[in-house]
Amino acid sequence: MRRPIRVAVIDHGAGNLVSVGEALEDAGAAVSLARRPLDMAGADAIVLPGVGAAAPAMARLRRQGLVGAIRRWAADGRPVLGLCLGLQLLMDGSDEDGARTLGLIPGRTVRLDGAPRLPHIGWNQVDLLRDDRLFDGIADGEDLYFVHSYVVRPAPEVAEVALATTEHGGRFVSAVASGSVRGVQFHPERSGRAGRRIIANFVGLAADSRAGGRP
Amino acid sequence: MTVRCRVIPCLDVTGGRVVKGTRFVDLVDEGDPSALAARYDREGADEVALLDIGAAPEGRGTMLALVRRTSRRLTVPLTVGGGVRSVSEMRAVLRAGADKVTMNTAAIGDPALVTACATRFGRQAVVVAIDARRRPPGAHDASPGWEVVVRGGRDATGIDAVAWARRAADLGAGELLVTSIDRDGTRAGYDVALLLAISSAVSVPVIASGGAAGAIDFISAVIDGGADAVLAASIFHRRLVSIAEAKAVMAAAGIPVRQTATGEVP
Repeated sequence: MRRPIRVAVIDHGAGNLVSVGEALEDAGAAVSLARRPLDMAGADAIVLPGVGAAAPAMARLRRQGLVGAIRRWAADGRPVLGLCLGLQLLMDGSDEDGARTLGLIPGRTVRLDGAPRLPHIGWNQVDLLRDDRLFDGIADGEDLYFVHSYVVRPAPEVAEVALATTEHGGRFVSAVASGSVRGVQFHPERSGRAGRRIIANFVGLAADSRAGGRP
Repeated sequence: MTVRCRVIPCLDVTGGRVVKGTRFVDLVDEGDPSALAARYDREGADEVALLDIGAAPEGRGTMLALVRRTSRRLTVPLTVGGGVRSVSEMRAVLRAGADKVTMNTAAIGDPALVTACATRFGRQAVVVAIDARRRPPGAHDASPGWEVVVRGGRDATGIDAVAWARRAADLGAGELLVTSIDRDGTRAGYDVALLLAISSAVSVPVIASGGAAGAIDFISAVIDGGADAVLAASIFHRRLVSIAEAKAVMAAAGIPVRQTATGEVP
């Protein structure tokens, strides 16, 4: 029997690593925590989880030597999934605290303006813009769980990275895909069965990538 | 569309068991917390709350183990409350699998704790729980209103509940869990006036708690009280109303709710 897909969950000190790890395990992955670049060796995919602000998370990643390691990982075309804050860290920078982030996707993290209530907490509709393996088996308009006050705004020249949008006050990008890098603003690990399917789809992507297929 | 109104079954636990009483006393054993949490997850709960109403210092380790066990069985968010008094205690609860932590007595005693936790973990992880009691007219001053009570409703603080709600949001609370102590466990309906006073004073989401007897109360909490989520305990534990039924009634009243295929499974 083939070894399970190995997923390294990046530990930058913010977020519910437990539920992310459990959801990946339920999808058949072998999960480890990565606190240093060495911890990513042997992994087939990495997950960047997190809630909260960008600056403390980036400070931790820098201190742990993980910023360069994650950039190289993405540059090699290996699978990355950012969740919530993890999605925001994929961008160039964040207006929340001025943090410079990983710069894997051109654009910024900006405040969700015009919303009746902030933070945006709860289940909301995810409207798909195009097909992607990450959303296999997920209905267009599925309700998924959000908890955030900031959103990503991909740069106009890479507008096509947007995979899905959601409305709260205004319409914002709730999922992106750019090469092997994907990110979602909601929490699939806490989004019921549909969320578990998205996690399983990512593990499937990682399996294809390992087998040499396109991510 | 907009964000859905959440239906949140609440597990009040003490000594590792789910209990429910009237006005925080006369407790009745309602079962094993993680098993109940799993049932609610299957039945379409949008979130589950686990509140340690005993919050005994010697029970802290037990509570963390319980959070771990409950989190493992959930595919929806878990909010945990009871006895968190420091950033490191909150960290331990989050590390055990909680997505959000409520603080009540500790926040009143040390408002800076709300800010410290929001800075460290993000405001969305910090829920300030406000237990409010209607002021008897003329008891403290002429103004009508509610005062904050602490220690499971036993101690009055003299603090105005609406003013505290506003301050808690300013301090960094990402959400407020508003419980009417007058109504809690009575099934006399939520204190809608209290909910409206607070929901119109703050811009963070407000969770209604205390007194739900049925789905009709959820509707008035949302439509008349401006609540963003409704929390209830005994009516779900005793199957007086199912989560699916509650959502169907709310949807019929025009309230956006999450529909799940699993919601109809008994």
